[in-house]
Amino acid sequence: MDVIRKWVQIIFAFAVNGNWSFPFTRGIYQGPLKVICSPGLNCYSCPASTTYCPIGSLQNLIGGVRLALDNGQYFLGLSVIGSMTFLGGLFGRLICGWLCPFGFIQEMIHKIPSPKFKIPKLLNYGKYAVLLIFVILLPLFMVDDFGGSGPWFCKLLCPAGTLEAGLPLLLLQPHLRSTLGLLFVGKMAVLLLFMVWSVLSSRPFCRVMCPLGAFYGLFSRVQLVRLHLDKQRCTNCEACHAVCPMEVKFNENPHDPECISCMACMSKACQHNAISVEIGGVPIHAGVRPLVIPKVEAAAMKSEEG
Amino acid sequence: MTRKRKQRDYSIRKAPILVIATALVVWAAGVATGEPARVLEQACQICLSCIGLG
Repeated sequence: MDVIRKWVQIIFAFAVNGNWSFPFTRGIYQGPLKVICSPGLNCYSCPASTTYCPIGSLQNLIGGVRLALDNGQYFLGLSVIGSMTFLGGLFGRLICGWLCPFGFIQEMIHKIPSPKFKIPKLLNYGKYAVLLIFVILLPLFMVDDFGGSGPWFCKLLCPAGTLEAGLPLLLLQPHLRSTLGLLFVGKMAVLLLFMVWSVLSSRPFCRVMCPLGAFYGLFSRVQLVRLHLDKQRCTNCEACHAVCPMEVKFNENPHDPECISCMACMSKACQHNAISVEIGGVPIHAGVRPLVIPKVEAAAMKSEEG
Repeated sequence: MTRKRKQRDYSIRKAPILVIATALVVWAAGVATGEPARVLEQACQICLSCIGLG
C-alpha cells in the first residue's frame, strides 16, 4: 500500500506541476488549467504549477472583497470555498496523505536517518489558529488605505511558497534578487525550520501550521472516503499507534482530524483485519493480512471448550 | 411469492452526500458571479510579496 501511495504522490505532484517548459519561458504557466483548484498545498506562483492554490486564492479574494463589492462584483470566495468543501467532503485529509506535494516532500525528508521525536499534541491546534488568523481575519481586517489586503499566510509563513516559487523564481529571474529583504529572510527561516523539523519529526508542517490541513480536518466525521474501524475485530493491541505518521491512536479515535488516511495502520500494523476503507458507509475490506481470530471470538471459543 | 432481501450489515451515510451537494451549490454560486475569471487572473500573475520577494 505504501508503494502505491508513493506512486500516487509522485504522479500527483507532477500532475499539478506539469508546466515543464518553465526553464525556457522563465515565467509561470498562464493557461486555462489554472482555473482548477489544486487539492493539496501547491503554490500557484511555482513556475511549474498548472493549478491554483486554494489557500492563496482564498486569501486574495477575501483581501479584495471590499474593493470588489465597491465595484459591484460579488467575489466572496464562494467558488474557492465550494471547491475546497467539495474536496473535503469527498476525501478530507486523505488528500494530505495521498495528493499533497508538500506533504510528500516532508515524508521524503523524514527518511533521512536521525533521532526521531514526537510532536506535542497541543501544537496540533496551531494550524486552526493559522487558518483563522492568517487566512481569514488578517486579509479581511488588515486593510490598506484603498481597502485592499493581501495573502498574509503566503506572505509571512508559507514554506511551500518559498520552496516552490520564491527560490525557483530567484534562479530563473536574476533581476528579482535585488528585491530581497527582511521578508525573504523571515520566510527562509520558516522554510529551514520546517525542513530540519521534518528530519526529526513526521510531517511537522501538516500537523502544526497547514491551514489547508486544518480545513480538511473539519470533515473528518463526514468525509465520503475514510478508514473504518471494526470494533468487534479490534483487540486494542495498539499496533496501529506505532506506525501512524501523525501519531493518531486509531483504535481510540478512528475519526481523528489528524488522520491522513495513509493506511499504514491498515496495511502495516493491524493483524486482525479490523481496519478497512469505507466509502459512504460501505466498507471495502482490504483483507491484506490473513485473518487472525479476534479477541471476542477467541474468548467465546475458549469458554465453549471449557 | 415473497422475495427475500439480503440484509446489509452497514448503513449508507447521508452526511457526505449533503456536504458534497452543499459544496457544489456554493461553488456554482461563486461561478455565477464570475469569480473563476478573477481567480484565473490572480493565478496567472506572479505576486512577489506573496512569495516573500519584493
